[in-house]
Amino acid sequence: MLQQSIKSYIQQDLQTQYLLHLADNALILSHRNSQWCGHGPILEQDIALTNIALDQLGQARNLYQYAALLITEKTGIATTEDQLAYLRDVGEFKNCLLAELPNGDWGQTVLRNFLMGSYQFFLYQELQQSAIGQLKAIAEKSIKEITYHVRWSADWVLRLGDGTAESKGRMVQALELLWAYTGEMLEPCDYELPFIATQSSFIKAAWEAKIASVFSEASLVHPTNEWMQSGGKKGIHTEHLGYLLAEMQFLQRAYPGLEW
Amino acid sequence: MESTLVIDKEKSIWDILETVCDPEIPVLTIIDLGIVRAVRFDEASSLVTVTITPTYTGCPAMDLIGTQIRMSLAEAGILQVQIHQTLSPAWTTDWMSESGKIKLKAYGIAAPVARAFNKEYLEELQMECPNCGSKNTKLVSEFSSTACKALFQCKDCLEPFDYFKCH
Repeated sequence: MLQQSIKSYIQQDLQTQYLLHLADNALILSHRNSQWCGHGPILEQDIALTNIALDQLGQARNLYQYAALLITEKTGIATTEDQLAYLRDVGEFKNCLLAELPNGDWGQTVLRNFLMGSYQFFLYQELQQSAIGQLKAIAEKSIKEITYHVRWSADWVLRLGDGTAESKGRMVQALELLWAYTGEMLEPCDYELPFIATQSSFIKAAWEAKIASVFSEASLVHPTNEWMQSGGKKGIHTEHLGYLLAEMQFLQRAYPGLEW
Repeated sequence: MESTLVIDKEKSIWDILETVCDPEIPVLTIIDLGIVRAVRFDEASSLVTVTITPTYTGCPAMDLIGTQIRMSLAEAGILQVQIHQTLSPAWTTDWMSESGKIKLKAYGIAAPVARAFNKEYLEELQMECPNCGSKNTKLVSEFSSTACKALFQCKDCLEPFDYFKCH
């Protein structure tokens, strides 16, 4: 567990919450993608997804390192990226629900990556103009990698959506399942507002245009249901995150403080 | 103005860094890759600061590169070394040296073809096979043995090959 004084500090500092939210999105998505390692449909794509997971882990690390630095400076308690990743429990994670859902089949996995990657692309595009120097630097660095991720996942959505009857059926199913979790990414919550308030409507519009264009090319019918599930950003998660953390944080839970 | 001693010292450090190779692609030095952004020698404290930038955020080679820099400098008797990592400006393949690109090709990896990273370029990938020189090649996967490379196959000589992506 994180020290109570660090927890209290996070609870009252919007910038730290925002950095943790961005980092948690990247880490949890990375962890889900890494679960495909050794299980991909073909070797080349197994490697592709593992590489994407590695990029996302790197992005998460940059954000956790920056958050840890700020916490250390403000509280005077030495805090590390590992503590932020391994010592927080479900309720303290601020990732979108979309990131934590199980992988499902390959179609569901590539669709989730497309939906989230496209959002991250437009978000980081805006964060490149951030007034916070380190956040701007992280955005400039990350967007290059995310460009390749979206290129890859959009290609797969196209291939499966416009593929065989079987692959199309799987994509339709995946879209039905994931759609209700997309709205949470696009509606900024209190700790996001100071950092992307004015750009959030642009991000949403750009994301919707990108999604619509790929769906249309993939001959996938754009979902019309408007009800959206949310909660993850405020620490109210699906049951899946608990199991994910139990695995990801196993070492620190079993052997607290252990270092490589 | 910096003293001659400082300038000479920094020059000699750059020369040493020219011998440090990338752990993943050993034909390239960290200078070829554009990883080293700055070298500073502080005359008063004798402290050497080497500023490096990661190629990819998740690149596991960065820590190893830092260690290799320390070891190479230590062999030359330079022990007070600080490795500073910076993210901005973000690393780009534009910083790869021309000699580096030639070495890369000789090693069997196609070098980045465009000057800058941009979306327009990404749409028109036509890669030359480093083995036979044919341009009749196809993209197999956007990601290959590492995140920084894509996997291609030559349709003439049939050899698969890595392409160091523009970044």
